[in-house]
Amino acid sequence: MAPIPKSHPMADLTSPEALISANGLTKTFPSPRGTLTALDNITFSLKEGSITGLIGPDGAGKTTLMRLLAGLLLPDSGEIRIMGNNPSRDPLSVQGSIGYMPQKFGLYEDLSVQENLDLYADLQGVPRNRRKELYAPLLSMTALSPFGKRLAGQLSGGMKQKLGVACSLVHQPPILLLDEPTVGVDPVSRRELWEILRKLVRESRSTLFVSTSYLDEAERCDEILILYNGKILGSGTPESFRKEVAGHGYRAETPGQSPRIVEPTLSLLPGVVDTVLEGSTIRIVMGGDTPPTFSESLGEIILKSVPPRFEDAFMSRIKKITNATPKLISIDRLYPRQSRNKNNKNGSPYAIEVENLVRDFGSFRAVDNLSFHVRKGEVFGLLGANGAGKTTTFRILSGLLAPTGGKLVVAGENVRRAAAHARQSIGYMAQKFSLYSQLTVFQNLTFYSSAYGLSGTQQKEKIQDSLIFFELEPYRNVSSGILPLGFRQRLALSCALIHEPSILFLDEPTSGVDPNARREFWHIINALATVGVSVLVTTHFMEEAEYCDRLLIMAQGALLAMGSPSEIKEKTKSPRIPDPSLEDAFVSLLSDFKKTQGDQK
Amino acid sequence: MQRLLRILRLVQKEFLALLRDKKSRMVLIVPPTVQLLVFSYAATFDLNNISYAVWNEDTGRYSRQLLARFSGSPNFKLAGTITHEQEVAPLMNNRKVLLVIHIRSDFSRNLLSSTPAMVEVLLDGRQSNTAMILLGYVETIVSNYTTEIASERGIPPPIAPITLRAWYNPNLKSRWFIVPGIVGLLTLVVTLLVTALSVAREREEGTFDQLLVTPLTPFDIILGKVLPGFAIGMVEATGIIVLAVLIFHIPLRGSVGALYLGLFLFILSGLGVGLMISSLVSTQQQGLLGAFLFLVPSIILSGFATPIANMPTFIQNLTLLNPLRYFMVILREVFLQGAGVSILLPEYAALLAIGVSALLLAGYFFRRKLG
Amino acid sequence: MSQPSVHSSLSSKVNRVRALVYKESLQIVRDPSSLAIAFVLPFVLLLIFGYGVSLDASHVPIAIVQDSRTPASEGFIASLRNSRWFTPRPYPDIHDAIDALKRQDVEGILWLRENFGRGIESFHNAPIHVVVDGVDDNTARLVEGYLNNTWQTWLTLRNQRERLASRLPIELQARIWFNPDNRSRDFLIPGLIAVIMTLIGALLTALVIAREWERGTMESLFVTPVSIGEILIGKFIPYFVLGMSGMALSVLMSHFLFEVPLRGSIFALTITSSLFLTSALGMGLLISTAAKNQFVAGQIAIVFTFLPAFILSGFIFDIHSMPSLIQAITHIIPASYFVTILQSVFLAGDIPGVIIPNSVALALFSVFLFALIRRISRKRIE
Repeated sequence: MAPIPKSHPMADLTSPEALISANGLTKTFPSPRGTLTALDNITFSLKEGSITGLIGPDGAGKTTLMRLLAGLLLPDSGEIRIMGNNPSRDPLSVQGSIGYMPQKFGLYEDLSVQENLDLYADLQGVPRNRRKELYAPLLSMTALSPFGKRLAGQLSGGMKQKLGVACSLVHQPPILLLDEPTVGVDPVSRRELWEILRKLVRESRSTLFVSTSYLDEAERCDEILILYNGKILGSGTPESFRKEVAGHGYRAETPGQSPRIVEPTLSLLPGVVDTVLEGSTIRIVMGGDTPPTFSESLGEIILKSVPPRFEDAFMSRIKKITNATPKLISIDRLYPRQSRNKNNKNGSPYAIEVENLVRDFGSFRAVDNLSFHVRKGEVFGLLGANGAGKTTTFRILSGLLAPTGGKLVVAGENVRRAAAHARQSIGYMAQKFSLYSQLTVFQNLTFYSSAYGLSGTQQKEKIQDSLIFFELEPYRNVSSGILPLGFRQRLALSCALIHEPSILFLDEPTSGVDPNARREFWHIINALATVGVSVLVTTHFMEEAEYCDRLLIMAQGALLAMGSPSEIKEKTKSPRIPDPSLEDAFVSLLSDFKKTQGDQK
Repeated sequence: MQRLLRILRLVQKEFLALLRDKKSRMVLIVPPTVQLLVFSYAATFDLNNISYAVWNEDTGRYSRQLLARFSGSPNFKLAGTITHEQEVAPLMNNRKVLLVIHIRSDFSRNLLSSTPAMVEVLLDGRQSNTAMILLGYVETIVSNYTTEIASERGIPPPIAPITLRAWYNPNLKSRWFIVPGIVGLLTLVVTLLVTALSVAREREEGTFDQLLVTPLTPFDIILGKVLPGFAIGMVEATGIIVLAVLIFHIPLRGSVGALYLGLFLFILSGLGVGLMISSLVSTQQQGLLGAFLFLVPSIILSGFATPIANMPTFIQNLTLLNPLRYFMVILREVFLQGAGVSILLPEYAALLAIGVSALLLAGYFFRRKLG
Repeated sequence: MSQPSVHSSLSSKVNRVRALVYKESLQIVRDPSSLAIAFVLPFVLLLIFGYGVSLDASHVPIAIVQDSRTPASEGFIASLRNSRWFTPRPYPDIHDAIDALKRQDVEGILWLRENFGRGIESFHNAPIHVVVDGVDDNTARLVEGYLNNTWQTWLTLRNQRERLASRLPIELQARIWFNPDNRSRDFLIPGLIAVIMTLIGALLTALVIAREWERGTMESLFVTPVSIGEILIGKFIPYFVLGMSGMALSVLMSHFLFEVPLRGSIFALTITSSLFLTSALGMGLLISTAAKNQFVAGQIAIVFTFLPAFILSGFIFDIHSMPSLIQAITHIIPASYFVTILQSVFLAGDIPGVIIPNSVALALFSVFLFALIRRISRKRIE
């Protein structure tokens, strides 16, 4: 255990009125590859009565910081003050004044909603006679009142998350710490939670500290703290961040050309900080006020100025410290010509054909008469709220689950009859980057390539190419379990691509990863699509949805909407929201659906 | 050919996954070794250093001679001498002694006058088995002495003594009985742990889905799990057999071929059961509980420590499903009785039947779970 | 600097513990697996062991070979037939009997030689040859003992009937205290209860704390004013109650189903079981404090508590028979003390000389374990 640091004279430096302040906070953990610095000399203070967002990708140190504040970890050095107390030395008095929700919500799944609330009220010493008046607003705010008797384990992800918040609020703490409350939750529930948090600050002047890896959530905070590789990369209001990059953002349309093909070239132009696909357009962020200039060879590009957003500022800052330029993908190396031809051997223009797909679990119909087609070379997104049936559909298409009824053709093979054969043309990458953690990078590649029938020199060359292409060579003999997240993702992708499949299945492939790594990842996916590989993505994550050519939104097992991101946004355009984001569109489609459902009942 | 290569790689991967991790390497090597040593020394019915008390009211030389036989035996340890009946209860109750030898004051006199002389022994029956064995020891000492007295005084030995010959284990050593049993027990533990948890671990890590989307068939995947289990079971069992022969000097009288045929079939059935557990559970923890719930009854009902013949008929019928039961027979017959293949055919057949049906069931459950 | 907190008052402590106990009880009731471990496991194990484990043989099949039939030999065989220990099976000659022994149709051969009748009449050696299968040494010895016993009894009766003066120089008279019928079940079942209690205590608690770590609820508990001590007590009380219920079930089953006498008092049984359960729960809590995931905790619990309790507690294998190094090891296994206590309380009665020192050992264990847990557990994640 680390020695408790002596009282710092620096404590005086932090502003006395700050509710929470940290000074020179450093925390390291031992790891198989030497010491890991989770937090590196962090200093900050939070404003009272506001929501501060702690923004950063997975592995940035967010959870470590939250746990330090809650007194669950001891810092190596540095000092924390919460309402004048030091959680490292006197955790009990700090813990009485904070509410804390850990990542998995901290609920007892076999206790009911009411019993969970009672437990935390008892533990926090909330007098019994005051409970009724305290519970009422909590339950109405979280809309959990009708579910008092339901077991927490039977709640949906969104409801669990709200109950977790309610439980951390039973003793009316002035400070609330929430560690990634919105991870794995669909956009509708995510929005509802933010409304609850807003209301909390407005009505009871609480101070909230919320960590998240979703950059778009930063816009909903009053203050932002960016954490990146254990260091603070910036702080301020969303407004101040946006101001930094005001006038730097453009939206480019490329009539006559797929934006997929143009985007990598644009990203390498001088002065360009960030490029990102948004449906059929490309968002470009420049390092300064000068607009990008294009050479004739790029074809026609129509440029429109767009309002700045937080992510632009985030990317600009990361670019300054990482200095990395995305490499131009030489997809020919990874996907030799013969595999492209292979994709076109049968006449059908479709890679996946689904007709009247049905899947029942007992009496519950998870997928209800679903029909759609995915074209060759198309990036197709499968979206839906939690429990809408998209995971079931995804698993059926990838051959992990048998359908109850319907017709299903994948890569020209009827999956129900020729499953093993169809699998040779499928690549699959699960959300958790399923790799053999005890095996090294090289051993993982060897195993998967053999599983797909590669052998001899062909196999050796393929593995070598993959190691070079995904920049995994330095990690060749490292166990995959201890790779950094971004490299684990690369390895998972390289294993999924080792047999040059014509169809790629991706399950939330870039949730939580560093935005830089996400862009690189999608560059590869885009390049694959341009050579004719079809990609099916399922995600909660609207930024990933923006990369898709077409989206299918599911609700209660059936098709709710289908079309390109722009078409879907177009559908929900209203006077109130003239330029809806994809998330706006998704939320409004689902709430319309719920309304009609309610009307029918 | 292509397929063979794929399965080979699966096996290789399985080995790497098992052996690259320090913890699982330890689990495979350390506990079996420690258990073999500890169990083999601890699990014995032979008694040593039995504390006993003497209550001798006789002053003659015969009683002293008889008692000298006890104090001279390595099995017995004199813990006290008493003079009153009241002293017996505290010694026995508090387990200070397991045995009190009482010799009445007329013992030597009676012996000289050819009246039956009485030796009374009191035994602690709380551990009835110990008491029974102890009584046997006492009887041997007393009857040896009786015979000596008789011949000394020129009269024929009084009772027709029973002459005993114990086949296969002439000195009735417990270790000869227990150690071959431990070979079976540890082999079962290892094969079960290797298979029962491996699929669950892949499920938890998500690699099982990744395997299923490859062109490998469920049969290939099962084979990929079975073969490493086989190899590990065989290697561990061989190690234990070597230790049993070298350290514990258990005679290996039968044919090694017969032993390994049995081992092969036994591991097959163990793997079948392990995979069946594996196919039914979804987490490693459930797998562990499942393996445990199978292990405990199958050890108890195998005849490892207590004979199956002593069990009620219903339980005896239940043991027919227990692969360890058959392997125990094979082990002991090969080790001690020098059996060959032909005598053990029924056991081989039973193991084969259990193994094949367990593997078929495992395959069925796998397919149903995926369906 | 910290304000005198309302959280430290006794009544708020009691309130928090009560809330934790209530929560844990709800979880136990709703999670069938812990109820199964507490009730179904003892039930099934007791049934399997109670019926399956018996070291004393009865109705042992034994081959009888008579070279010639005489009234004396017929009389002896009849007495064998009447004993509950043997089922005699006649074979025409010794070769058939040997084949039967090899086939394991019989456990032993009793061979009455040509001169059997004459031998007895003349008090010369009546040649009885016994051949047993020595593979299972325990059964072999039992068969020998039973045969000797039957033989002597028959001989004594015959001598009395024929009014022959006994010419035996020394007669051995054995009395077995506490368990005169020498039923092995009577000593195995009390020991088995100790093994089952180890399993309930250690496995159950080892898993439940690890579960809180895995599900992230431990983290939320830690940020409330609950102290580590309160969390431990909150875990201890419900599982103590559950363990004692399992104990009660086991005692009832052993007494009424298996007819093991209970000569000691319920009071002594309760006190000593509480002490043992405390140490077993302590081990479980220690394991789960050290291993924060259920899988590892389960493995450790089986390897370090269940197996030693099974092999080294004196439950089946007498500690006296073990080499001294291993005997020394048994001293650090709480189950070995409890097995001793239970065998006495069931078969002999409340014997202070057994109960007190062993109880003190158990109490010391409990204190040591809980002190250790208190020392190594911090209200921190690390």
